Amino acid sequence: MDTRSADAFDPPGTSWLPVSPRLASVRRGLAAALIGVPAVAAAVLLAVFAALPWALVPLLGGAALLAWAWAVVGRQVAAWGYAERDDDLLLRNGVLFRKLVVVPYGRMQFVDVTAGPLDRAAGVARVQLHTASATTDASIPGLPPAEAARLRDRLAARGEARAAGL
Amino acid sequence: MSTPVEAGRVVELRRLHPLTPFVRGWKALAVIVAILGQQAAEGRGGSPTPMLIVLGAVVPLALVYGWVAWLFTRFGFDGEELLIESGALFRRSRRVRLDRLQAVDVVRPLLGRLLGLAELRLEVVGGRSSEGGLAYLGEDAALRLRAELLARAAGVRAAEGEEAPEAPEVVLHKVPAGRLVGSVLLSMPTILTLGLAVVLLVGVAITGEPGFAFAILPVLLPLGGGMAQRLISEFDFTVAGSPDGLRLRRGLLETRAQTVPPGRVQALRIVSPLLWRSRGWVRVEVSVAGYGKESASESSALLPVAPRHEAYDLVRLVLQAEVGPHPGPEAVPLTPVPARARSIDPVAWRGLAVGADDRVFVSTRGVLRREMDVVPHAKAQSVRVTQGPLQRRLGLASLHLDLPPGIRPYADHRDAAEAGELLRREVELARAARARALPERWAERREG
Repeated sequence: MDTRSADAFDPPGTSWLPVSPRLASVRRGLAAALIGVPAVAAAVLLAVFAALPWALVPLLGGAALLAWAWAVVGRQVAAWGYAERDDDLLLRNGVLFRKLVVVPYGRMQFVDVTAGPLDRAAGVARVQLHTASATTDASIPGLPPAEAARLRDRLAARGEARAAGL
Repeated sequence: MSTPVEAGRVVELRRLHPLTPFVRGWKALAVIVAILGQQAAEGRGGSPTPMLIVLGAVVPLALVYGWVAWLFTRFGFDGEELLIESGALFRRSRRVRLDRLQAVDVVRPLLGRLLGLAELRLEVVGGRSSEGGLAYLGEDAALRLRAELLARAAGVRAAEGEEAPEAPEVVLHKVPAGRLVGSVLLSMPTILTLGLAVVLLVGVAITGEPGFAFAILPVLLPLGGGMAQRLISEFDFTVAGSPDGLRLRRGLLETRAQTVPPGRVQALRIVSPLLWRSRGWVRVEVSVAGYGKESASESSALLPVAPRHEAYDLVRLVLQAEVGPHPGPEAVPLTPVPARARSIDPVAWRGLAVGADDRVFVSTRGVLRREMDVVPHAKAQSVRVTQGPLQRRLGLASLHLDLPPGIRPYADHRDAAEAGELLRREVELARAARARALPERWAERREG
């Protein structure tokens, strides 16, 4: 890892909070379904309409793909981090394409907490911050619901205290 | 006419101009007439009587509908808010907070100009394109209403029953028609059009078939159309300054007068295309929250074409209203990108530079078409650093400032450590700038 580039995404004196590892479970489950179902279906079709050994091709291919996705999801989830500073919220994510966003509390227009059915089953929620800019992409997926609610209320309170005009 | 808002409080409500249903309805009428005309021209449909009967039924119905809609649309001021009520069946009552007003446009469509009517558009953040529009008002009424809106938004308190005076203005720049035509001719579409015309002539000469010319028409028409559109919409472009902010007027057929109050400019972009450089012309674009929603890039011109030094004079004036006295963006020291950025951006890396003083953030890019973004620090909604895999290998990163839709300032391919430092500094500068931000009601600002 390039030490110089580590600086840009890790401002000194920042204590990063990770997202829940359950986010990895949700994404891995999704990957398993998306890769496994077509692979198994293709294997069954090949076993029925061609020779049985052919069924190994999609199964092995699917397994390899899944193993890769497994590792990628792990790294991606580990790369997520957020930090609450006195005046702004820091977010960082991405392994191949890295990103660090600084959102001043006073710039927040509203905060969303969302959770899909899979997220709810796994006990994670997504907190999304909105500013007046459409390009501000500030969302934290995979927070435990209690932490998401705490963060939402805290952000809203801090935003109110520091609100500034456009 | 008045309506009770709460017990014991009454708001004066006004109506739109009574000719509104006719002006709004004429487009529908034009479509029907066009269909009729087409059918008559093609000789289809036999006698035009059935269509005429339909027309005879539709037109009065449309007029009655328009009249009812007019009857139920009323507006008035309730302290700091503009109240707009509309709808006969589905009533809608809208309140527009005037301290959040970003700009006021007075638009006069061609027909409206003939009848002396104008539409007033209020730009507010959020919501879809130009909500809170009032169409149509008499021209004088529209100007009086604009003055009143701006006065209330500025925090000037007029005595009850007294009209807000129109703020005096000074014309800062007028774009001569000849220069505008020249700037449109010296643009990429023209070069493309000329190239295509040559191809077309050669094609006709080789094949000996004039029909070949028609094959290129579908490409030529939109190009020519785009040029004509620019000429028509930016014709007679005038920039004026007033205590209520910038006044931009433009248009040949449909005229538009925009007023952008002080403190509403999110960013400026000075563009210098290659073909204009020999004439020393530049274009200045402005980003105002609320305008981006229409996605019409035309509406963002602060100066469609002007000599460089005059453009910079205007930029300095605009910055003065935004951040206080400023020597201009060209006085901000810029730092180029490291030479290793060449591996990613072999040509344009030479044009990449970024700089900041305590008031504005400046970034430049481009070699053939040069662009310079100028952003008051206080306007940044959020600040981002991004890094792709290639940038990572070279130890580079990009800095982005997030603004309301419009200009998107960024600085590509900075040294990664420098990008981190730029981010930290920009966050600090923005915080300091927000802390000393002037009040939204610009009349409450003290000159100093």
